[in-house]
Amino acid sequence: MIGFFLNQRWIEVDDVAPEMTLLQFLRTHLMHRGSKEGCASGDCGACTLVLAEPVKKGQGGWRLDYRSLNSCITYLGQVNGCQVITVEGLQAPDGRLHPVQQQMVEQHASQCGFCTPGFVMSLFALDKEKAKPSRLEVEEALSGNLCRCTGYRPILAAAQGLTQQPDHFTQAEAQVAEHLWHWRQQHMGALHQEDRAFLQPRDWEEWQQSCQAHPDARFLAGGTDLALETTQALRAFSLIDLSRLALLQQLRCDEAYFLIGAAVTYQQAHAFLTQHLPLLAKLMPRLGSRQIRNAGTFGGNIVNASPIGDTPPVLLALEAKLVFWHQGQEASCQMTDFFVAYRRTALPPSALLLRIEIPRPRLAPGQSQFQRVYKVSKRRDDDISAVCLALNLTLESGRILAVRIGLGGMAATPIRAYAAESALQGQVFDQAAVQAAQQALAESCEPLSDVRASAAYRLRLVQNLLQRALLEYEQGHSMEVDQYATVD
Amino acid sequence: MRQLTKPANTALDEPQGQVGEAVAHDSAQRHVTGQALYVDDLPEPRGTLYAAVICSEIAQGRIMSMDLDAVRQAPDVEALLTLADVPGENDIGPVFPGDPLLTSDQIAYYAQPIALVAARSEWRARQAAQLARIDYAPETPLLDPLEALAQEALLRPSHQMQRGDLDSVLAQSERQLQAEMHAGGQEHFYLEGQVSLAQPTEEGGMLIFTSSQHPTEVQMLVAQVLAIPFSQVTVEVRRMGGGFGGKETQAASWACLAALMAQKTGRAVKLRLPRQQDMRMTGKRHPFINRYHVAMDHAGQIQAADIEVIGDGGHSPDLTDAIVDRAMFHADNAYYLPQVRIRGHRVRTACVSHTAFRGFGGPQGMLIIERAMDDIARHLALDPLDVRKRNLYGVRGEITPYGQKVEQPILPLIEALEQSSDYRARRQEIRRWNQAHPCLCRGLALTPVKFGISFTLQHLNQAGALLHLYTDGSVQLNHGGTEMGQGLHTKVAQVVASTLGIPLSRIQITATRTDKVPNTSPTAASSGADLNGKAAQAAALTLKQRLTEFWAEAQGVPETSIQWSQGQVFWGEDQALSFTELVQAAYQARISLSATGYYRTPKIYYNRAQAQGRPFFYFALGAAVSEVLVDRLTGEYRVLRTDILQDVGESLNPALDIGQIEGGFIQGMGWLTSEELVWNDQGRLLSDTPATYKIPTISDTPPIFKVALYPCPNPEASIYHSKAVGEPPLMLAISVWSALRDAISSLSDYRLSPELDPPATPEKVLWAIEDLQRRLGGVA
Repeated sequence: MIGFFLNQRWIEVDDVAPEMTLLQFLRTHLMHRGSKEGCASGDCGACTLVLAEPVKKGQGGWRLDYRSLNSCITYLGQVNGCQVITVEGLQAPDGRLHPVQQQMVEQHASQCGFCTPGFVMSLFALDKEKAKPSRLEVEEALSGNLCRCTGYRPILAAAQGLTQQPDHFTQAEAQVAEHLWHWRQQHMGALHQEDRAFLQPRDWEEWQQSCQAHPDARFLAGGTDLALETTQALRAFSLIDLSRLALLQQLRCDEAYFLIGAAVTYQQAHAFLTQHLPLLAKLMPRLGSRQIRNAGTFGGNIVNASPIGDTPPVLLALEAKLVFWHQGQEASCQMTDFFVAYRRTALPPSALLLRIEIPRPRLAPGQSQFQRVYKVSKRRDDDISAVCLALNLTLESGRILAVRIGLGGMAATPIRAYAAESALQGQVFDQAAVQAAQQALAESCEPLSDVRASAAYRLRLVQNLLQRALLEYEQGHSMEVDQYATVD
Repeated sequence: MRQLTKPANTALDEPQGQVGEAVAHDSAQRHVTGQALYVDDLPEPRGTLYAAVICSEIAQGRIMSMDLDAVRQAPDVEALLTLADVPGENDIGPVFPGDPLLTSDQIAYYAQPIALVAARSEWRARQAAQLARIDYAPETPLLDPLEALAQEALLRPSHQMQRGDLDSVLAQSERQLQAEMHAGGQEHFYLEGQVSLAQPTEEGGMLIFTSSQHPTEVQMLVAQVLAIPFSQVTVEVRRMGGGFGGKETQAASWACLAALMAQKTGRAVKLRLPRQQDMRMTGKRHPFINRYHVAMDHAGQIQAADIEVIGDGGHSPDLTDAIVDRAMFHADNAYYLPQVRIRGHRVRTACVSHTAFRGFGGPQGMLIIERAMDDIARHLALDPLDVRKRNLYGVRGEITPYGQKVEQPILPLIEALEQSSDYRARRQEIRRWNQAHPCLCRGLALTPVKFGISFTLQHLNQAGALLHLYTDGSVQLNHGGTEMGQGLHTKVAQVVASTLGIPLSRIQITATRTDKVPNTSPTAASSGADLNGKAAQAAALTLKQRLTEFWAEAQGVPETSIQWSQGQVFWGEDQALSFTELVQAAYQARISLSATGYYRTPKIYYNRAQAQGRPFFYFALGAAVSEVLVDRLTGEYRVLRTDILQDVGESLNPALDIGQIEGGFIQGMGWLTSEELVWNDQGRLLSDTPATYKIPTISDTPPIFKVALYPCPNPEASIYHSKAVGEPPLMLAISVWSALRDAISSLSDYRLSPELDPPATPEKVLWAIEDLQRRLGGVA
């Protein structure tokens, strides 16, 4: 059984297909049709709603964490022990519009109205997170909501009028959170239909039992890609949701490594990355959309093994190591050895990725680091890389002591640019060295032409991105167009 | 008898919502609360079946055999429908034949519908559809428009407009330029995909709920496909989740298929396309290949222009004839061309049938002359804005290549924008900035738009409305236009409110239905408010006149002394009664409280044989200045600032008009920048999901985005002297494309004009930069 609040109403569900999406359940089972299906692939945001999760405060008491999600690619079982807030629930009990709804009306921010419920819910989540958000923060929060009518200007205006007025969710928050907290303690989330199941183990033992009961089940770590098999290819399967396993949720550092649990979402890691791993942090605003960052996980992105996955180039440049559970014990693998072929990894069948370990930089006196990550895509936000290049240099007196370059979009898997690295190794970081590295890239890379970019463009991009890195190194500031295109 | 409702005192401070006020969209509250219902949100009648389409996996060839047994036997499947089950007409071509609803033999494009399966759930229907086994004899698809033209694979005859002795001027001119460009198509990407719900009625008819811009056409086609009279089919459209032209003809197939299945099973049937099928199966904005050959004088004034536009219509005519015509009507944009020839071709390729999309060929036509303006400026080392201004209608001649006089000058609007956007100072600043930066360059461009308003198919320029007054003083309004987000219902209601002098809140707008206002035109060509506003006004005036006559006679005063305002009716010295009291008095005096209204656009005609006439009632004018920043190393760019000045005449509703302008601009920017349609050599669309087809997101909106309305009433007697606003702003985005070319041109110190075909993706921008640098090497 699973249980969740739909707005203020408690719902328990048992006999539902494990691959049922939250959106489908709302629309077809509960006849809640305020949330719309625009694409069923997490790309348009029309189905956006807000998921609130209970958090225990330090000195007793509870609060809720609010995050926007694409309900079209969220499995119903994932909301066990959460409050699901939909557009139908926002009006005050006396019928007054919620402030985010009022802002949208006053700014003339809806035209056809089909995307509007999704925007309202992303704005609701933003309002819970931030008073008086800046334009950049608004863009970041709404990066996963497409509008084809308004041109967005009035929606930006509506967002910038938000003031975090308390609402009926604020009033009920502690009580709802406490209820959810206890529910989670008492129940393991599960749905069963025919011979398939959705299982949400809470500890190692439940995980092992789940695997034994459904050895063919797919591991679910966010599901932003896996769910497309359901919504696009119409496949049915059992699922084991990894989100409640504490072991996969760690986010910490020890003396030698930064550790990121495999089921940590991009958004959960935001502060940690900003503090410890600026190269990854820099990439984050360009990874998917806010809704995707709220759901997608590091482990999912890596195991998925897409040649254009966002984090692998950076993790390759940072010499990350992957630790997994296999046959009753921990084992590990260097990131560089992990991707073996198109969408194939060195992870043994039935093994479970536990965490990513990124070595802490050790710089001797006089040494410095120069790191850059560049992602080029047709569209700035919520697009997939034509090319991604991550560069990690250790320098001493202008000379390159160590160099790691990770590339996405340049081969059937994410790769290290070994030939270019050799060309740079030991050289002064200057035009001649970059030219040699560019030549090495031309000789060693054979990218594909596809719908996103031609092979020739991809190659020229990685060459020119090295050039840009050198310019930025010499000039001491960013040369990216984004730096100039803001009003904040 | 039950007593009439006691009239409420009309509060004089109640918002009036008259014409010209920036009132909110009538559905705004329902949009933000999730209460606005779209077709897929309507509660299904008990026993509703869900349908899924089985479609072709090749673009051109024949079906050799079909095995649908597995589909039929799949769980929860109730029925299967193929061509053999179509009792009536299978060709649903809207103007010309060529659009089979289902096929059992020839395949003309990838993802062409072959069969329909219905099951007890959408999931089951779609799963069952996957089980079809169809063998094909594929042929090599003809996909290249130029090859199609060479083979004379034409959907409709070519058309030509000519003035003067073009060839001898071109032959003698010292200064000449020519170029060819390809303009990509565009996926509509309405957020609400194609959907219809068909419900059989007791007399063997059909009630259709659909997301269509053209309910009357859906009614006709459903009737013809089912072989029943039009009168037995009713089509209802409350609202669409976006249309943009993509639901003008392209909504009909799904309504017809749902109706066929409903007729066959006797049950309600819903057909909703998954997004990927929607993108594969429906037509898009036409890709065009355009050419110009111009002669000009030393100041950049064009002496002669030979322009050719080639529209890729896909596999069938659909609306391609009119779309290429409109491209031709706009190949001059705002510029007088003394000696001119404009030729337009409509070629057939093995592609979905390209269709209406906001601008309807106009944007593609305009691109070629705007490109010529920039090229001339580079060639003569002039500022492109100066070249544009010197060639404007009003500055030179006033007669278009098709003989219509351009009566309103556009120069004052351009100069106002030039001033307010600080164009000249920014031009200087950008020149300095570009010289200093190692890898970024900025570009600036001001481009005008002159867009002809009217359907070029004359008979479509008509509209009807139906208005009921009820005895509690409430008003029900219906008209033939459809609401797709543009705020048409709000504007038309404002017209009725103003005409009757009553607050907007009294007026209930109802869903568009073919049984209320019959024989309507599509809501398209920016004409919605112009046509339906006038029709609704006519209905309101009829009722107003009827009630005025009644009251004048009852009170023994002249009709001219009766005034309607703020929910009151005044007469004599200072006598007044409320609107409701007047309606009740009229009812009791047995005066009819219901009226229809009708309108047809005056003045317009076009003689196609001579290519002369007045196809447009008037022109909507506008201009935009955009500034971009381009990365020379990657081709990445951002739009930094856009200023727009748009002529909407006397605005019916400034908030809605600004919404149309901003939205149209961003949509046009998407077409010209990030929205790239990619087909493979087998005719299969590769950019068939939002993961691979990228419309603008919120961060693509320029950080500085200033939109102003140009204060100038329409000289023509349009509804309250307003001007249409749906399509014209889309073409303001040409300023972005032109600014990108300007930025690239700066790398040659503005001596060379770059080759940059839209959509100007970062990849194309980088190649344009490299191409220019190579040419620069050749020059130096």
